[in-house]
Amino acid sequence: MTIATPTAADTAIPKAPNPYLEFCRQQPLGAISFFIIVVMMFAGIFSPWVAPYDPLAIDFAGILAAPSWEHWCGTDAFGRDICSRLIYGSRTALVIGFTSSFVGSTVGAILGIASAYFGGKIDDWIQRFVDILLAFPLIVLALVVVAAVRKFVVGGVDVNLIIAIAVPIIPRVARVVRAAALSVRVMPYVDAARAAGYSHSRIIFRHMAPNVVAPYLIMLTAFIAQAILAEASLSFLGLGVTEPTAAWGLMLSGNAADFYREAPWMILFPGAMISLAVFAFNLFGDSLRDYLDPRFKV
Amino acid sequence: MSRPVQAPAAPLLEVEDLHVQFETSRGIVRAVEGLSFEVGRGEVVAIVGESGSGKSVSALAIMRLLPRLTGRTRGRITFDGRSLLDLGDEEMREIRGRDISMIFQEPMTSLNPLLTIGLQITEPLTIHLGMTAEQARARAVELLSLVGIPDPESRLDQYPHQFSGGMRQRVMIAIGLACNPKLVIADEPTTALDVTIQAQILELMKDLSRKLNIALIVITHNLGVVARYADRVIVMYAAKMVEQGRAEAVFHEPRHPYTMGLLRSVPRLDRPRGMRLETIEGLVPNLTNPPPGCRFAPRCPFRVDICGQEPPLANADNGSQSRCHRHAEIAGGKIAWAASGTGSQQAQMVREGALLSVRHLTKHFPVRAKLGHAKAVVRAVEDVSFSIHPGETLGLVGESGCGKTTVGRLILRLEQPTGGEIEFDGINLVKASPAEMQAVRRKIQVIFQDPYSSLNPRMTVGQIIGEPLHVYKLAADSAAATARVAELLNQVGLRPELAERYPHQLSGGQRQRVGIARALAMEPSFIVCDEAVSALDVSIQGQIINLLEDLQRRLGLAYLFIAHDLAVVRHISMRVVVMYFGRVMEVADRDTIYRNALHPYTKVLLDAAPVPDPTVEKARAPRLIQGELPSHMAPPTGCVFNTRCPMATQECRETIPPLVEKRPGHWAACIKV
Repeated sequence: MTIATPTAADTAIPKAPNPYLEFCRQQPLGAISFFIIVVMMFAGIFSPWVAPYDPLAIDFAGILAAPSWEHWCGTDAFGRDICSRLIYGSRTALVIGFTSSFVGSTVGAILGIASAYFGGKIDDWIQRFVDILLAFPLIVLALVVVAAVRKFVVGGVDVNLIIAIAVPIIPRVARVVRAAALSVRVMPYVDAARAAGYSHSRIIFRHMAPNVVAPYLIMLTAFIAQAILAEASLSFLGLGVTEPTAAWGLMLSGNAADFYREAPWMILFPGAMISLAVFAFNLFGDSLRDYLDPRFKV
Repeated sequence: MSRPVQAPAAPLLEVEDLHVQFETSRGIVRAVEGLSFEVGRGEVVAIVGESGSGKSVSALAIMRLLPRLTGRTRGRITFDGRSLLDLGDEEMREIRGRDISMIFQEPMTSLNPLLTIGLQITEPLTIHLGMTAEQARARAVELLSLVGIPDPESRLDQYPHQFSGGMRQRVMIAIGLACNPKLVIADEPTTALDVTIQAQILELMKDLSRKLNIALIVITHNLGVVARYADRVIVMYAAKMVEQGRAEAVFHEPRHPYTMGLLRSVPRLDRPRGMRLETIEGLVPNLTNPPPGCRFAPRCPFRVDICGQEPPLANADNGSQSRCHRHAEIAGGKIAWAASGTGSQQAQMVREGALLSVRHLTKHFPVRAKLGHAKAVVRAVEDVSFSIHPGETLGLVGESGCGKTTVGRLILRLEQPTGGEIEFDGINLVKASPAEMQAVRRKIQVIFQDPYSSLNPRMTVGQIIGEPLHVYKLAADSAAATARVAELLNQVGLRPELAERYPHQLSGGQRQRVGIARALAMEPSFIVCDEAVSALDVSIQGQIINLLEDLQRRLGLAYLFIAHDLAVVRHISMRVVVMYFGRVMEVADRDTIYRNALHPYTKVLLDAAPVPDPTVEKARAPRLIQGELPSHMAPPTGCVFNTRCPMATQECRETIPPLVEKRPGHWAACIKV
C-alpha cells in the first residue's frame, strides 16, 4: 500500500473524461453491442447500396441454392437472395422496433410521470388501468390489438403493427417511470416550482421529465429488442408484415416451414439475425443502465 | 510554556504522516495529507473540520475501511504497538470491533432492520470474545443498562424500528462498547439527533469514556460538541491539520487564522448578539487541484508573501501546534480579525400591520389504518396562531417532528390545511381561488434546507433563476431577462458568469445563493426559509445569514425563519415562536425569550444547546431533560410536554394549556408559569 510522491504531471488540472470513451472502457460488451446496432442501422438505411441483389427479384433458375460466393446466405423457394432480404429486413425490423418502442415508451413515461405527480385518485386510476394491461403478456396484448385495428399502411410502414406493439409497452414503462418520478416528486426543486405557481404541464415536462430520462432511455432501448421480437413473431404468425416485403419473422414462416429440411439456411440466417438484434439491444440497454446508474460506478 | 502533559510513555494510537488519496474520474483527490497525531489511553480527541476537510477519511483509514480499488493509504498507524497498515486482513478484522470500534452518524441506517437488537449486540461478543450465547446475552443486558436503556431484558428481542433515534444511537454505542475496546471512533455521533437528545448522548459518552478508560476520537463539525467533550482538539482544513492543542488552548488562544475565523463565525448563545456575523470569505479549495503553499492563504486576511510556501507544523507558544508562518505574531496579539460589521446597520424596518396572520392552523395527516381498525391521524400541527409584520423576521424553532416544517408548507400551500386560516395581505389563502392564489404565489417564496436537492440538476443556473421571469413575463425580452438574471446573481454575491453552470458544478454555499436568487426573481415580499442554513458549513452559514439580512434591509422582505439551531435563530429573528409536538409553546421577542424564557420546554431547549467554550461547557451542571419525544400515534393527554417536563403535575396531564399572554407581547402555553 504505497503511493508515489506527487509529480507535476498528476497535479495538473484534471479533465473530465470523454463520456463515450468512458462508456467503452467501463462497458466493453455494451460497446460491442452498440457496434452491432450501428452496423444494422447502416445496413437498414443504405440497403439499396449495401444489398447485392434486389430482395424481391425472383429467380426460378436458382431456387433453394445453398450458401455460395454468389449468394452468401443462399436463396429461398423463389430464388430470392436471402442475404439481400436480411439486409432489407433490418430496415423493417428497425423502423417498426424503433417507432413502436419510442411511441410506447414515451406515452408510458408521460403517463407514469403524471401518475406520480398528481397522486391520489388519478394515480389510483392510472395504476389500475396499468395493472389490467400488465396482466397480459406482451405478445398476447399485441395480438389482440393487431386483430382489433384494421390494416393501415403509410409510406410502406404498417402503422397498425406499430400501434399493436406500442400498446403493451405503455404499461410496462409507465410502472417503472412512475417509480422514478415518485422520488423526483418529493424533491425540493419540485416543491419550489409548485411554490412558484408554475402550471402542471410546465412542472411535468420541464422539472420532472428531464430527471427521469435515464430510466426512460434504458426502457426505450430494452423494448426495441422486445419490439423487434414481437414484430418477427407477428409476421411469423401472418399478422404483421405481409409478403413480399422482406421481414425476418416472415422469412421464417411460409414456405420456409416446408423446405427447412432441404434448405436449413432459409431459417438459420433470419433466426440468427433476430437473435443477434435482440441480444444487441438488450445488452446495450443493460450496459446503459449500469453506466448511467451511479451506484454501479467505481 | 512547555508542551502539555502527554499521555504516559507509549500512546495508544500513533498516526504518522498519513496520506490518503482517491482516484476518481475527475483526477486524483488527496483527501488527507501528512496527518500526524497521537491519542493516549483514555483520552478524548476531537477532529474538527468542515465538509471535505478529510476528517472522516482519516478515521476510515485508521479502521482500514477505505475502498480498496480507488483509495490509497500511505504513512504509519501504530495502535497499541502494532502497525495497522502492515497487518493482514484477517488480523485487522480481529482488531476491528474488539480493540477499535466505530460509531457512525446515522443511527437510522447503521443498524440492520431485520435483526433483533440483541443479536446485533451479541454478534461481536460471540465472534471476538468467543462467548457462549448465554454469556453474550448477559453481557448485552449489562451493556444496555450501561447506556441507559430501561427494561433491557425485554428490549433485546425487539427490532431497530421499535427504538427511537436517540435510543438507536444508544444501542450503537452499546455495540461499540461490547468488547471493551481500547479506542472508540465516533463519526459525527450526534449530528442526526435533536438538541435535547444530543445533550443526553454527549453526557453518556463522556461519562463512559471516563468510567471505562476508553480513548475516544470524535469527528465533528460542531464546535459546541467539541467543547463539551474533548481533551485535545485537532483542526483540519483542506486535507491538512492546521492546528492541534489542548481544547482550552485551541478555543481561547487559537494560533491559526482558520481556527480564529471559525470560532468567530459561529453564532453563540453565550455572547451578546452581534449586529453582523463574522465570516470567512471565499470557498474551501478543490482537492484535485489545491492551491500551492498554505491551503488557507486564498481566504486568509493576514496573507503575506511567505504564505505562497508550504508552512511547517510549528510549536506555538501555548503548547499548541499551528501550521501558520505567522503563529508567533498571532500569539503576540499583532494579528486579529477585524470586525466586519458596524453596529448601526440594523435599522428597524418593521412596519405596522400584519403581512401574514396564521389563525388556529391545524393539519392532520391520515395514517393508513389496518383492516378493522379506526382510521388514525397524526396531528402534525394543532391550533397554531402567529402573525408576521412587513419587514420582520419571525423565528420558528423546535425539534424534529414538532411540525415547524409543516407550518411552512401550509403557508406555501404545498399542503392543504385541515383547519384554520392563513391570511396574507388581506387574502385568505385557505379559501383562495386558483387565480387569486396565482397572484399571491409570486409574493410568497421559499428557500429550502438542502442546497443539493432544491435546484433542478438538469437546468443551468441562468434557466433556474430566469424561469419565473419568463413565466410571469417579468422581463420585456430575452435580453432584459439575461440582464435581470445577472443583476440577481450579483445581488446574492455571485458572478454573472455562473449563469452558464449547472448546479452540480457549484459548492453548497453557492447553490444556496442560487436558491435565494430564484426566490428573489419573483419580487416577493415574504420568504419562508426552511432550515435555510443548517446544511451549510459554519464559515458558509455566516455568509448566507448576512446575505439574508442585507436583502431584508434593502428590499423590505419579511422572513419566516424555520430552524432547530437556537443560536442561529437568535441571531436572525426579531420575534421567536417555539413549537413542540405540533403546538406553540411560547412566543416572545428575541431578547425576552433568550433571557427570560417562561415555558419549561424553552428553558430545557436553551439549556441543552452546546456552547463552543470548553470552560463554560465543562463547568456546566448535568442537563435537565429526560426522556424522548412522545409517539405521534399515542400523543400524551393534556399538555404535550408533560411526559418530559421537570415541573409536570397531575393537572398537566388533564388540561391542555392555552397560549396566554403572560406579559405584554410574551405568550406561553403553560399553567405553571
